[in-house]
Amino acid sequence: MTPRQKRMTLVLGIVAGVSIAGALALSAFRQNVTFYFDPTQVVAGEVPAGERFRLGGMVVKGSVQRSPGSLEVRFVVTDFQHDVAVSYSRVLPDLFREGQGVVAHGRMSNGTFVADEVLAKHDEKYMPPEVARSLKKRQGGV
Amino acid sequence: MLPELGHFALILAMLLAALQAFFGIAGPALGRDRWASTVTAAVAGQFVMTVTAVGCLIASFVSNDFSVAYVAENSNSALPLFYRVTALWGAHEGSLLLWILLLSCWTVAVTFGTARLPQRFAARVLGVLGLVSVGFLLFTLATSDPFLRLDPPAPDGRDLNPILQDPALAIHPPILYTGYVGFAVAFAFACAAMLEGRMDQNWARWTRPWTTAAWSFLSVGIALGSWWAYYELGWGGYWFWDPVENASFMPWLAGTALIHSLAVTEKRGLFKSWTLLLAIVAFSLSLLGTFLVRSGVLVSVHSFAADPSRGIFILSFLIVMIGGALGLYAWRAPLLKSQAGFELAARESFLLFNNILLVIAATTVLGGTLAPLVADALHLGALSVGTPYFNPTFMLSMLPLLALLSFGIHAKWKRGKLGERSRTLLMTFIAAVICAIVLVYGIYSHGKVMTPVAAALGIWIVLSSLIEPIDRIRRGISLSRAVLGMTVAHIGLGLFVISVTAVESFTLERDVAMGLGERTAVGNYEFRFDSLKQIEGPNYSGLEATVAVTRHGAPAAIMYPQKRQYWVQRSSTTEAAIQMQHGSNVFIALGDDLGGGKWSLRFQIRPLVNFIWLGAFIMAVGGGIAVTDRRYRLGRQPVAAPAAGVAPERAG
Repeated sequence: MTPRQKRMTLVLGIVAGVSIAGALALSAFRQNVTFYFDPTQVVAGEVPAGERFRLGGMVVKGSVQRSPGSLEVRFVVTDFQHDVAVSYSRVLPDLFREGQGVVAHGRMSNGTFVADEVLAKHDEKYMPPEVARSLKKRQGGV
Repeated sequence: MLPELGHFALILAMLLAALQAFFGIAGPALGRDRWASTVTAAVAGQFVMTVTAVGCLIASFVSNDFSVAYVAENSNSALPLFYRVTALWGAHEGSLLLWILLLSCWTVAVTFGTARLPQRFAARVLGVLGLVSVGFLLFTLATSDPFLRLDPPAPDGRDLNPILQDPALAIHPPILYTGYVGFAVAFAFACAAMLEGRMDQNWARWTRPWTTAAWSFLSVGIALGSWWAYYELGWGGYWFWDPVENASFMPWLAGTALIHSLAVTEKRGLFKSWTLLLAIVAFSLSLLGTFLVRSGVLVSVHSFAADPSRGIFILSFLIVMIGGALGLYAWRAPLLKSQAGFELAARESFLLFNNILLVIAATTVLGGTLAPLVADALHLGALSVGTPYFNPTFMLSMLPLLALLSFGIHAKWKRGKLGERSRTLLMTFIAAVICAIVLVYGIYSHGKVMTPVAAALGIWIVLSSLIEPIDRIRRGISLSRAVLGMTVAHIGLGLFVISVTAVESFTLERDVAMGLGERTAVGNYEFRFDSLKQIEGPNYSGLEATVAVTRHGAPAAIMYPQKRQYWVQRSSTTEAAIQMQHGSNVFIALGDDLGGGKWSLRFQIRPLVNFIWLGAFIMAVGGGIAVTDRRYRLGRQPVAAPAAGVAPERAG
């Protein structure tokens, strides 16, 4: 091969590699993003059936219930307009508390949000931005 | 009085940095060499002022001066002295001050390191560093003054975030930032070369040790952060693809590409404009990381103290810095044409692939990190991207990289022949495959599809890295620090790959509700929840469980996981109990009181997980060894740069 041809092979190889990587990344991306919904959107049925999503809001005070002796915990997440019941059966994060912001990953099942991951935020003045935004929106709408 | 002094020192530091930038850049441009020589004085002044400012803030912390807002928010009279000092970088304002201090330290080091370089070039490097300093000092003074007073003073402080009260996290930010900020030096060298319009192999030789040093610090910093997340956050994971983690990882990937492309620029005088671009990109990603972490635009498990108004400033700074550098690049890079050619299977090609793959990896991480921001800005809804996206896309570019690495370190410069090495290489490959199969199916008797592949690649990297040094020792040829450093770093990478593979394939975990005296089996281990007692620390109280661990029925350990309740912030932290047993980490975290006498407990057995951090640390040590190579030392400049032919050393 002449140097020119070699260079072209190299460039073509790189372009092919990059485009395959790009295509795969894009498809991985499409399959794996999770969307955020607040309780009002959930109640309004905006969540496609069976889809995994993130639910965010405040944990209603006094709503945390445990069946004694089991990991199963239930609580209610609110955006002050609508509520969604959540169930979770793993160890809760350190900063999970009633009356605080929370983001949970999971799916709806029979009207309950079954979470497989719960994230709570670190300090008292801090709220997950998306929760803060949706609370503001909902409260502004009242 | 001290806070005012600190504030004043910071203002002086900014003025001196502005002088440093002006004289450093304008001096050489206008041909006024006397201007350039005043730059050093400005650097020294800026350093003294910055140290004074930091000293004042530390003094306020140590003396519990709660009339300073930042101290009141991040400290408490009950906080142990050590954490009162490290609370300095516990939140936004202090972290920025730390950034500035470290940049100033790097600048001083560069001043000494460039003392024997051409004066104009050195002045330009320091000038560009001065510009970066001005940006950060202006940002701090305008939006995040750490010396603001409270009137009336707070009776006591709100305490340092309890999860930051930890030795590893106390030293994590300084080391991580040293890495971040260190890329500013590579950036400054790149900008200086573009301003000169000249870039030769000497330039690459001057730039390499700085870049490698920064990269080593960044590696250690990331590893420390990951280790901390593992034992402190109570989830037992070592990497979450969290935006803040990605923010530090992207500059690392770009920096890794940069140190490899610098090797080509130094040895062969090739990849010139590509190297410049990578230097700009690595530093831009460091700045972007600061932007992502500090502006609070992204939802993150680690982000503390977030404020969008600051984001605007950082974003403008980012645009000015990166835009300016890229503009300079567009204007000057065409001057820096590379002449020599190379064959398809030469080392240059492998390093090119290395660069392409690392850049692809950085791009996919960047895409996943920024996607939520972009979607939000375009009103496409709030979306999040997590491990299911990052893991496969990252693997996609990393597997070929690992597979090509062994060829790359044995390929010759310029000519595409492996020569006598191809047989040795093949033998190590076969040995690696056998080891991997024995490991995966012999010891663990199961695995995922990729487990043997990744394990074999990791082992192959370790084995093939050893060929060169063993060969040299046998033939009695001295081993240069550069080759030794490269070997050590690649062995670290191999170890890292092996341990990540083991952790991802063979981790066992269970969350269990247990009462006192109950037992749970996880893998070969059995855990018995023996007792629970109250504990009290200087600024917290808590519970400590006693868990007896047996392995194959034989007593292995007694472990004490804790749950702490910090008084001031009324927040709790999980202090997991972790012990290494036969290469695996046994991890126990104490959860909540479930009622009915039961407690939630999390058990994890992660094989080889310690070697992930050890691997990263070894990579950094390799970088450190390479930095001390003789040819980087002062006063050891060869009179003429080696011609663009075959270089005597075969260092990477």
